[in-house]
Amino acid sequence: MNSETKNIKKLIIDQSLELDCGKTIKDFPLAYETYGTLNKNKNNAILAFHALTGDQFCTNINPITKREGWWTTAVGPGKAIDTNKYFVICANVLGGCMGSYGPKEINPATNKLFATTFPVITIRDMVKAQKYLIDYLGIKKLLAVTGGSMGGMQVLQFVSLYPDKAHAAIPIACSASHSAQNIALNELGRQAIMADPNWKNENSTPDKGLAVARMAAHITYLSKKGLQEKFGRKLQDKGSLKFSFDADFQIESYLRYQGATFVDRFDANSYLYITRAMDYFDLEKQFKGNLSSAFNNTKSKFCVISFSSDWLYPTAENKEIVIALNTCGANVGFVEINSDKGHDSFLLDVPEFLKTVSEFLNSIYNEINNEKRI
Amino acid sequence: MKKEFEVISQIIQNNKRVLDIGCGDGSLMEYLKINQKNDVRGLEPQKNLVQKCISKGLSVIEGDAEKELIQFPKKSFDYVVLSQTLQAFFDPEEVLNQLLRIGKQTIVSIPNFGYWKVRLHLLFKGTMPITKNLPNEWYNTPNLHMCTIQDFVNFCNKKNIKIDKSMCLTNEKISEITNRNMGYKNIFSQLGIFLIQ
Repeated sequence: MNSETKNIKKLIIDQSLELDCGKTIKDFPLAYETYGTLNKNKNNAILAFHALTGDQFCTNINPITKREGWWTTAVGPGKAIDTNKYFVICANVLGGCMGSYGPKEINPATNKLFATTFPVITIRDMVKAQKYLIDYLGIKKLLAVTGGSMGGMQVLQFVSLYPDKAHAAIPIACSASHSAQNIALNELGRQAIMADPNWKNENSTPDKGLAVARMAAHITYLSKKGLQEKFGRKLQDKGSLKFSFDADFQIESYLRYQGATFVDRFDANSYLYITRAMDYFDLEKQFKGNLSSAFNNTKSKFCVISFSSDWLYPTAENKEIVIALNTCGANVGFVEINSDKGHDSFLLDVPEFLKTVSEFLNSIYNEINNEKRI
Repeated sequence: MKKEFEVISQIIQNNKRVLDIGCGDGSLMEYLKINQKNDVRGLEPQKNLVQKCISKGLSVIEGDAEKELIQFPKKSFDYVVLSQTLQAFFDPEEVLNQLLRIGKQTIVSIPNFGYWKVRLHLLFKGTMPITKNLPNEWYNTPNLHMCTIQDFVNFCNKKNIKIDKSMCLTNEKISEITNRNMGYKNIFSQLGIFLIQ
């Protein structure tokens, strides 16, 4: 069943999905958006997976937040993921807060918000839910699956679960199993939320805690060099230090702004659930310690991309994926893009990155349409 | 396509799996993929060249052969190709061992330091040779371990590496190297191309 309310398209999935936590869910909503047109052969569809704080509105103006979609740099007419040519599908993940089944939804059993009674979900649960959407749209095989950060983890999980459902896979700036450092950083965010006295208060939201979580996380998305170049020790108001704890430095003011605007668009409990899903992600463990068996039967052609200044999902972790793919003889290309914009590079205008994505997709598109033999 | 690649592609049979080490802009890979239906992969240290390959739809991994070859499983390719790069590695012997491990057969080409122009340059000028194939000065050359065709053959014999085919290239002309013409070829060839296992 498909419904649309307040600019949010929702597919109500009427099949049952057994979550990794053991609970089975049924008749749950998955909010999604599509861009471009699905062609007659239904072979131009690209499924884009969003990262921790993204949603289904990957490009154009997000009708809810009134801000640009999270991947506007890459997705759109004439862009790297060209919506004149491709049909781009993007869904809000399970646990999200933009209309999909998540802690911000009403629990029909109690008529109250799920909040922390929501089941813990995993990357695998998210991916399985999105597979229903692909089936609903009548797409037998996607042209490509792609995404950065947590989106990249979903790419890996998708090709592992469905080895013959995508011609190409582009995992960007991600990892096959969340590192201790990344779990630690996520825990920092969660603790900030849970330390807010308004957490679990039905009449309020833990805005302060969520803002602090966002501020901390935001630092990890940038690089030291990028921060230094952009902000250095520049002061907010010209002149001198104020000898107080106001935002003296521009970087402080910038982070406070990032935190303050984030709470308007994101749900604190969603933040808890989604970061948990990332932490639980360990594709290697799913395959008993042998990552390459995750890709044993894959038919997809891979293009793995990392960024030189990304310390959250560094090149070495992306290369682990490449090594695993090579070990099982999968078809894989890999490039590390030079950028001083840190982990966020995949969301920003980094021409070499966008060019690589565009040309790789183009070669796959031509290959399957036999326009060119290579 | 350059003559050397023509020779290499003729050695490679159709429909086989090929790994091209230091594949550059992927021109050999592209030829093999289109004309011989080979399943080709590449390894290349330079980012801009890797990007070029990816944009052509070639599966190329950015990386340095001295660090990356270890990840490829034993005998996972029918052919491993290394064109004019062996002499540039810190440890050519180890790289060669890796190539022989990964490939059922390995194709290696080397610029011949025994070529007469090289010999005469050193003999008469008394400075490090600079030729069309060896265009760099001693202080900026990437070539750390130059060898001659004879050196390479001696090395293979010493290490029990089987040479299935040895060819040489002079001014775009291809010919075969045999035991009988070895001394001659070692003087008059610019490039040696070997199929080994």
